[in-house]
Amino acid sequence: MDLELQFFIGQIIVGLTIGSYLALIALGYTMVYGIVELINFAHGDLFAFGFFISLTIFTAINPPRPLDVVGLLTILPLIFVITMLLTGGLNTLIDRVAYKPLRNAPKLAPLLTAVGVSFALEAIYAIWVGANQVPYPNYFPRIDILRQWFGLDTAIQLTTKDLFLFGVTIPLMIGLNFFIERTKIGKAMRASAQDREAAAMMGINVNRIIATTFFIGGALAGAAGLVWGLYINSGRFLMGFEAGLMAFTSAVLGGIGNIRGAVLGAFIIGMIKSMSDFYFEPSWTRVMIFGILILLLVFRPSGILGSTQSIEKI
Amino acid sequence: MINTIRTWWSRLPNAAQITLVAALVILFPFVIDIAESAIRAAGGNLALLTQVNRALIYVVLALGLNIVVGFAGMLDLGYAAFFAIGAYAFGILTYPSHGIQMSFFLALWVCAAIASFFGIVVGSPTLRLRGDYLAIVTLAFGEIIPTVVRNLDDLTNGSQGLTPIGKPSFGVFEGLFGLEPGALNVGVDPHFWFYVIALLVALVLFCTLRLDNSRIGRAWKAIREDQTAADFMGVDPIRAKLSAFAIGASFSGLAGVVFASMLGAIFPDLFRFQVSIFLLIIVVFSGLGSVWGVLIGGLIISLFDGLFLAQILNQVLPSGSENLRWVFFGIGLIFFMIFRPQGLFPRKVKGRVLTEEEALAANATASTAAKGGD
Repeated sequence: MDLELQFFIGQIIVGLTIGSYLALIALGYTMVYGIVELINFAHGDLFAFGFFISLTIFTAINPPRPLDVVGLLTILPLIFVITMLLTGGLNTLIDRVAYKPLRNAPKLAPLLTAVGVSFALEAIYAIWVGANQVPYPNYFPRIDILRQWFGLDTAIQLTTKDLFLFGVTIPLMIGLNFFIERTKIGKAMRASAQDREAAAMMGINVNRIIATTFFIGGALAGAAGLVWGLYINSGRFLMGFEAGLMAFTSAVLGGIGNIRGAVLGAFIIGMIKSMSDFYFEPSWTRVMIFGILILLLVFRPSGILGSTQSIEKI
Repeated sequence: MINTIRTWWSRLPNAAQITLVAALVILFPFVIDIAESAIRAAGGNLALLTQVNRALIYVVLALGLNIVVGFAGMLDLGYAAFFAIGAYAFGILTYPSHGIQMSFFLALWVCAAIASFFGIVVGSPTLRLRGDYLAIVTLAFGEIIPTVVRNLDDLTNGSQGLTPIGKPSFGVFEGLFGLEPGALNVGVDPHFWFYVIALLVALVLFCTLRLDNSRIGRAWKAIREDQTAADFMGVDPIRAKLSAFAIGASFSGLAGVVFASMLGAIFPDLFRFQVSIFLLIIVVFSGLGSVWGVLIGGLIISLFDGLFLAQILNQVLPSGSENLRWVFFGIGLIFFMIFRPQGLFPRKVKGRVLTEEEALAANATASTAAKGGD
């Protein structure tokens, strides 16, 4: 195969990996926005929490690195569940303390408490794990599939880690979609997002639905933190800010409040990032991403899949 | 007590009020000097006047942001971009190697004009957007500008920053009084900069107060309350929005110039997203749209952050715990917003709405008048 084409396919894989972890974070943004119309600035920091808490649990258990088959089937799912429960619980707690009292306040008030939560969390992480880069040990075995398993001579790198990342994120997204479209709670969530008052009048416990939404959003961000830690093997206390910014951008690009839009937006951002890093200058990637976002919003003011009726005031 | 002061103050002629305020401002740095030396004598060490200067620059910025967010109701999450543009325009125009070396007093206005031009550039794609989509576009610009600044090495020296950059020079005065050239070298003397910044605050405060009740000011508020209704009443939303962006940006352009010249060096990291958020905190904490509120709230928050959290707390707490500063800041912000979501000094709603009785009474007189006419 042509080498240029191989590089191109390699970059597509990179873009898909970035897109899939961003999508998990973006889903939390978009779900929360859909129901309470809050730009949850602290959401990225929950991703970082998932990263650090799973690292802490791994360190406490101290399994072999990389994990053997038994470990992959027992320890890893266990840590997954604990991480998602803890991160989801933290997000519900944050909502209870910082956002719920302000449900009917002017719109900028909960935005600022979200900023306050973000500042506090980031500072707490800095105290917890230090201000430097934190290594995340290589618990997941990395095998270059095409070369080591198939013996192909190619520049395309598709590793077991890539498959692991897709294998976690894509089922989670499909599961969420099923949950929202098919279950009763999902239906209540959609109703609350459409019209909170009307939903309450129909007997939906809106407060519980909002708490559930925060829990699911947090759990997804926690899962993203865990898989990204196993994938990239390094992080920093401020990592949540950057990831959150990109995930938020994805959610807006796809049309904020729209579940599929968030996933689509995340994969678009992932692709732009990997292509711009490789074929252009990495230092200009941010300008590319935000420039495309602005251009797109000029022509489609509600994002790619967003409804055109979402008119809000500050 | 407060009321007697208030009546006494309002009875003073305008000229006396202005002289009194000016005298207080002129005396202020000397009072601070005394306070600083007293603290030093007690064994502490605080850079009070420097922090006051910094706080006043944040007040100027917050007053500019208040026009966009408070008056016109457009959430701007990238306001630091204009601050960066003002500061970097000044840096580029006065950096010795660039060979332009424009005078401070000319560059001040040029840079304000450049910043307000960019205000229009940022504002124009947002005209069709509402609410949070507008916020993300301003956020995107706020992220783009520092990245561009970092990447344009030839002009901005990249992440190393520009230093030295221009200081105001008083060649004319020095000639007039027969002093040596450069005798009035201002450097980083906080006293001199306090007076410059005080003048800037006065100018910006005057403009904001005049704008508050002007035709365009009322147009902004009409758009903030209900854009569709304002549009129907003949307010041109495009003109109003763009002018809010342009005027708000020009304030931060001025602040950027003074900030850059005072520091003598600028780096892209000085204008990160956190600055935009900090300014938004000031505006919302103080009470959206309230001019005096932003002045006082801006001083409170900046001094709380710069003096209490950064200096006093550091001397009390064991070293290495400076991250606790942000824990306190964040938690304090959460509790403040929960207990006072409308801000410290919420804007007053102008005008009075008829009560039900008054409306009925007015109706009754109108109907008797109509009957009497038969």
